[in-house]
Amino acid sequence: MEMAKERPREKMTSGQKALSVVFAVISVIWLLPIAIVLMNSFKENGYVNSELFALPNANSYVGFSNYVNGVTFGNYPYFLSAGYSVYITVVSTGLILLCTSMAAWYISRVNDPFSKVVYYLCVFSMVVPFQMVMYTLANTARVLRLDMPWTIPIVYLGFGAGLAVFMFVGFVKSIPLEIEEAAAIDGCGPLRTFFSAVFPMLKPTLISVGVLEIMWVWNDYLLPYLVLDITVYRTIPIHIQYLQGSYGRVDLGATMALIVLSLIPIIVFYLACQKHIIKGVAAGAVKG
Amino acid sequence: MSRSKKMADGALTSPLIRKPIQRMFAVFLLPTFVCFCIGFLWPFIQGIYLSVHSFTTTTNVKYVGFQNYAKAFADQGFRQAFGYTALVAAVSLVLINVLAFFVAYALTQEIRGRNLYRSVFFIPNLIGGIVLGYIWKTIIDSLLPVSMSIQANYGFWGLMVVMCWQQVGYMMIIYIAGLQAVPMDMIEAARIDGANGWKTLWNITLPNVMPSITICTFLSLTNGFKLYDQNLVLTNGAPVRRGIGQTEMLALNIAKTFSTANQRGVAQAKAVLFFILVTAISLIQLRATRSKEVQQ
Repeated sequence: MEMAKERPREKMTSGQKALSVVFAVISVIWLLPIAIVLMNSFKENGYVNSELFALPNANSYVGFSNYVNGVTFGNYPYFLSAGYSVYITVVSTGLILLCTSMAAWYISRVNDPFSKVVYYLCVFSMVVPFQMVMYTLANTARVLRLDMPWTIPIVYLGFGAGLAVFMFVGFVKSIPLEIEEAAAIDGCGPLRTFFSAVFPMLKPTLISVGVLEIMWVWNDYLLPYLVLDITVYRTIPIHIQYLQGSYGRVDLGATMALIVLSLIPIIVFYLACQKHIIKGVAAGAVKG
Repeated sequence: MSRSKKMADGALTSPLIRKPIQRMFAVFLLPTFVCFCIGFLWPFIQGIYLSVHSFTTTTNVKYVGFQNYAKAFADQGFRQAFGYTALVAAVSLVLINVLAFFVAYALTQEIRGRNLYRSVFFIPNLIGGIVLGYIWKTIIDSLLPVSMSIQANYGFWGLMVVMCWQQVGYMMIIYIAGLQAVPMDMIEAARIDGANGWKTLWNITLPNVMPSITICTFLSLTNGFKLYDQNLVLTNGAPVRRGIGQTEMLALNIAKTFSTANQRGVAQAKAVLFFILVTAISLIQLRATRSKEVQQ
């Protein structure tokens, strides 16, 4: 999985030069949809529909007014949904990392029949599609009063535990026991051993699992849609989906501006930790 | 990894730390286990239980045996959704994997700027299905003479474009990892023996990246079957002909059935069938491709 293991560079042949040019063109085309959205976020509503592919000109350019309209239009403030999205993503990811890494350590070190059962249930849960539990999960969350933004991380921990436990157990198995034994001989209890010796060693897997959970929770639509009362609490995907229904005729310019706003955190996240993201994705793919 | 073979089932343990950890069950394992029960285990069991009942809420339940399943099988919309989902999954599987493999193959050659190109290809994968769907719906609908929700053909190919844009970069990463693990001396030996580029690719590279192909086909197939967000945003199942959504996929069909109160039992039965289908495909797929891997 190491992306760093490159082959020694040789001089480029003419074929490779041509390939490089071809990929430069393809890369531009690949990013075109994002460029089109960005471009149209500065155009007046009417022009977005009639001339989507034209650059903003003197007639159509409206500066940042789409952004100003965007954050206020509809019947729900955009920054409130952005706030809920950030809160739910951060707390859910933190909770998942803490709880499942502890659980994975227990499972691999104790290794009794109960731990094995829990482990195999976790592996099993990874193949179960969300539709299987969508009604009953939303219902359970409502009965247990977990249907609020502050409590939905518990639901995320429950449904997302499978992959996280699986990945952590895989890593803990490769950690030599001597360090933990030495800590135990020195008089450390399990909690201290875990947090001062094991947890720091889990860092690569913590990052991989963290990246996967952030991407999942941030982009998730159906789970918060079913669990939360969406007249009061919305996340960004719900907000974008409900722009249409809530306002009669859709202000396309404002929609484009909101899409740009929702892309900014993702792009920043990607630029800031691209290496970790790619590693995390590659690690998460190798389940099974 | 050789250390982990200490115990028969691959887990390392030591009596020195085992007992103290076991005593702290309530701190280490219990929180995750309780949440797992709330977020997965109980809803799953209740889901199977409810699939043989007629219900509007979980307190208003009547046993009906396999009637829900019979209704699900007889439902034209569900059958249409099954066929359409299989088509989407199959076509997208081929498109995504062929494109991703060749992009990965090209971007492991010595070309300038390949790291930048890799990053570019990966970006769409970070965008969630809803936002991604809106971006493409706007673009595709203004390129076409009629909207995707009027012409089912357009809806299908529109979905293919969206799925490729989102997943090619992801699969590319896995293929690149596989391609970089192909032993260089094998390729050089083939070249010296006079094999040309295509022959080397076919006889040396492909068999060696079989593990990556296993992972990617498995992922894109299950991704295709479970697709929901993009389907919802792009066409929401439209156009509807004789009450049947022409571009409605299984996940959307199930979600829509749940929203009708007196159909919830049927919806849950459909969900169980969907679960069995997805699990079966994953298992078959995994076994079929695993057997073709190079033994090392």
